[in-house]
Formats: sequence, C-alpha cells, structure tokens
Amino acid sequence: MADVNRGNRPLSPHLQVYKLPIAAVTSILTRITGHALVAGVLLLVWWLVAAVSGPEAFACADWVVRSWIGFIVLTGAAWALWYHTLAGIRHLFYDAGIGLEIDEARKSSWAIIIGSVVLTLISLILFFIG
Amino acid sequence: MRYITPRKAATGMGSARSGTQHHWAMTVSACALVLLTPAFLLVVGSAIGLPREGVIAYFGRPYPGIVTALFVIVGMVHFMKGTRIMIDDYIYNTERKVAIIASVIFGWAVISAAVFALAKMAFITIAI
Repeated sequence: MADVNRGNRPLSPHLQVYKLPIAAVTSILTRITGHALVAGVLLLVWWLVAAVSGPEAFACADWVVRSWIGFIVLTGAAWALWYHTLAGIRHLFYDAGIGLEIDEARKSSWAIIIGSVVLTLISLILFFIG
Repeated sequence: MRYITPRKAATGMGSARSGTQHHWAMTVSACALVLLTPAFLLVVGSAIGLPREGVIAYFGRPYPGIVTALFVIVGMVHFMKGTRIMIDDYIYNTERKVAIIASVIFGWAVISAAVFALAKMAFITIAI
C-alpha cells in the first residue's frame, strides 16, 4: 500500500479540461441554439404586437428590428434556427438508428456546422436582394 | 385480479408511467418545424422593412398569417417541451417546479401575444 504510485496514473477526463469531440460540441450546441432562439422569437413577436398597438409602439420596435442590434440578433437567430433544424433532422436519423457510428457522427457534425453557415448566408442574400 | 398481462402493463411505459409521449411529441413537432422553418423565414424576410400599414396588410393575408401563427405555436410548444428536458437535467427540487411552471407560463404568453397580433391584423385587413 505504501508504494502506490499516486502521481502518474491516467486521470479520468473532466469536462473542464477535456477536449470535447466535434460530435459532443454539435450535440450541446443543439440545446444552446434551441434555447437562444427564444430571443429572436421575442423580438419578432414584440414587433408584431407593436404593429397593432399603435404608430409610436411600431416605430420603436421597427427601429430596434432594423438597427444593427436587430441585425445581429436576427442574423444570429437565423443561424441558430438553421443549425437547430439540421441538428434536429440528424436526431430524427439517430432515432431511426442511422448515423450512430463515431465516424458518421463526425461527418454529420461538420455537415451541420457548414450547412447552417451556408443556409444563413443564403437567407441573408435572399433578404437583401429580395 | 388483474386481467392485464405484465408485458401489456409495461409496454411503452417508463417509471413515470407516461412512457414515450414526450419524445413522440418532440418528433412530431420537429417534423412540422422542418417544413415551417423555410416558409417562416421567407415570410418574415419579406415583411421586415415594410411600413406599419404594409406589415398589417401583409400578415392579414392568409398564407403569411397562417405560417407565422403555426411557426410560433408549434415552435413554442416544442420550446416548452425542450426546456422541460433541460430543466430536468440541471435543476432540482422546488427550483425545478418553479422553472417548469415559469417556462410553461412564458411559452403560452408568447403564443397568445403572437396569435392576438396576427388575429387583429387579419380583422383590420378585413375592415379595409
């Protein structure tokens, strides 16, 4: 007992010092984007309610929606919405037992990250030219 | 004497006796939202930038109004069920109950506000 090596054993990974695999990052981001999306919904619902409340209320909400703050919140919400949608579709495949191997999960993780950025850029382009 | 077999009593039931309804409800609302998300983004993208009268007339039309109402209602029900999972994972005891109640009240408040605004826009548009 006295000569037990206490300093050189492998340590079990701890979340704060453990480099998360990409599949774990995309998994927790699904939950984070889902909850953060409520900011975008709140902004848009406030804007809708303001439109039927009166001209002053709408001017205020519309100013926020079209300001740089609104642009950041709504662009962020668009990305979060696309990310959550793609990750949710992956969950539907997971439920069907498809794509559960580590290598497949790694590939679908990158597909979700790249796909969400591409779809957000397409949304922005459609918004500004449409 | 129970006539039900043990297998029948257990099928589809977890320890909470409510089984897989929550997961199934998330699956159904997720599929609906996959369809609603692109439709909603196109609708909202067309509406931002319009003057107040334009916004009211736009959402007073059937397609934009229905897509927006569906997205907010199905989205917030999906949100409430999603927060429930997060609350169950991270919050305990009385705080858990308070958080669940707050999440449900908040979700229905957002739904009511959106439905009220959209209904009023539809009625204003009819009056026009």
